[in-house]
Formats: sequence, C-alpha cells, structure tokens
Amino acid sequence: MSYQYNIGCSLSNLKGIREFIRNSLKDQRMPELELAAIILALDEMCSNLMIHAHHCNPEHLLELHIDVPEKGKLIFEIIDDGNVFNINQFSSDNINDLVHEKRKGGLGIRLVKSIMDNVEYFSQEGRNICRLTKKIS
Amino acid sequence: MVHIKRLQESGNDLIAIIGEIDASSSIELDLTIAKSVGEGFTKILVDCSALEYISSAGLGVFMSYIEEFKDKNIQMVLFGMKGKVANTFSILGLADLLHICTSKEEAKRLVDELSV
Repeated sequence: MSYQYNIGCSLSNLKGIREFIRNSLKDQRMPELELAAIILALDEMCSNLMIHAHHCNPEHLLELHIDVPEKGKLIFEIIDDGNVFNINQFSSDNINDLVHEKRKGGLGIRLVKSIMDNVEYFSQEGRNICRLTKKIS
Repeated sequence: MVHIKRLQESGNDLIAIIGEIDASSSIELDLTIAKSVGEGFTKILVDCSALEYISSAGLGVFMSYIEEFKDKNIQMVLFGMKGKVANTFSILGLADLLHICTSKEEAKRLVDELSV
C-alpha cells in the first residue's frame, strides 16, 4: 500500500500532515505509543524542511509518501525541490549545551533519529529525497 | 490549535494547556510562560492533562527556561501528562531535566518543597 500527500510549506499545515499519517497507518494495528512517535518524527522532519529549506513559503510544496512494502515495515519519503537540507548539521549538540545556551531549537532532528530506524537524505533527478524507514512490532 | 489558560491559586501560577503544541503554536506557550515570569511568579504549575500533542518546538520552550529558572529561583512543575506526551519528553531525556508529576496535588506539594 502507498499513500501520498502534497503540502504547502506553511506550519499551519502540520496538523493536516499528522492527520494524514494517522489515517494512512490506521490499519497497521501498531501500539498507540509507537504510532504517536512515528507521527511526531514526520512532523519534525516536515517542519524542519518547511523552515530551513523553504522559509515557510506556502507556495513551495512537500510531497509526503508513505509506503508499506511488507507487513511490519514502513518507508516514508519527503520529496521537495528546495535548497539541500543537511540534517546532520542540526543534530550534534549535546542536550546539556542546549539547556545551558537557553536554546529552543536543536531537538527535532534528534527526535527523528531516535524514533526512526534509518534516515537518509539524497538528491535524485534534481529533487531532494528524505527517506525514513521504520520497522514496527 | 492550542488554547492556554492561566489562573492563580495559593500563590502558584497555574498554566493549563489545551490542545496541540507544534512549530506553529509553540510561541503561545513561550509568551504565556514569559508573562508569568514577567509578573513575578516563582511557582509555576503546568497542567498538561488536556495536552494532546507536543513536538520539539514545545519541548524547546520548556528547555529554554531551565537555566533562567535556576538563576531566578523559579520553580516549575508539569503534571497530568498523557502517556504519548510523556513519552515525547522521555525520548529526549527532558523528563530528567524538568519536574514532572502525575497529579495536581503532587505537583503543588513538589513546587512548595522546591521553593523552600
């Protein structure tokens, strides 16, 4: 099964993204905590792309693809035409340093990497693809 | 998407978060806490029982006040979190850096103990 949702890069669309993911995965019968964590990771990835690669321009689009190639395996892809967004530049700070510096940001990509089994970011045919994979119980 | 109420009880500033906090709405939480601090409250209770969702933007707001609260001797205790919200705090280890209780009564006791 596969699902696709196209979203304008406005933070007000994040709620719609979360609802789309929940609806798409409702037949997977995974524990609520696991589903909530997956929704959170994708919200984080989309909001980071909207902010850092698209400066929240609602005319720019993200494509969110959800693919269930086999039972228990989920593949998510967020595809866009924006500036290349290097996720590794946002994830290296120690949490105690963030606290000390009174920073509000720096947690999102850390969450994504904690929740997902694998996170890849690459360009293909001139488009940027962020692929996140997750095995579910 | 989020509605935040404030009321004062026995010297505590009680902030109730209703709904969802994500990157589009975290500013409202930030402004509410800043207002509480600006008004001089040193005991802040955050009612999370109607908080349905929080992303890193909301976690970041709480995180950004930890140092300031230490400097100003302000105590903040969160209570009543649903399991999936509590899990978000735990994934990042923020549950160890903040004061989080199950019930309001417990939170009131803790904020008083911490304020001594």
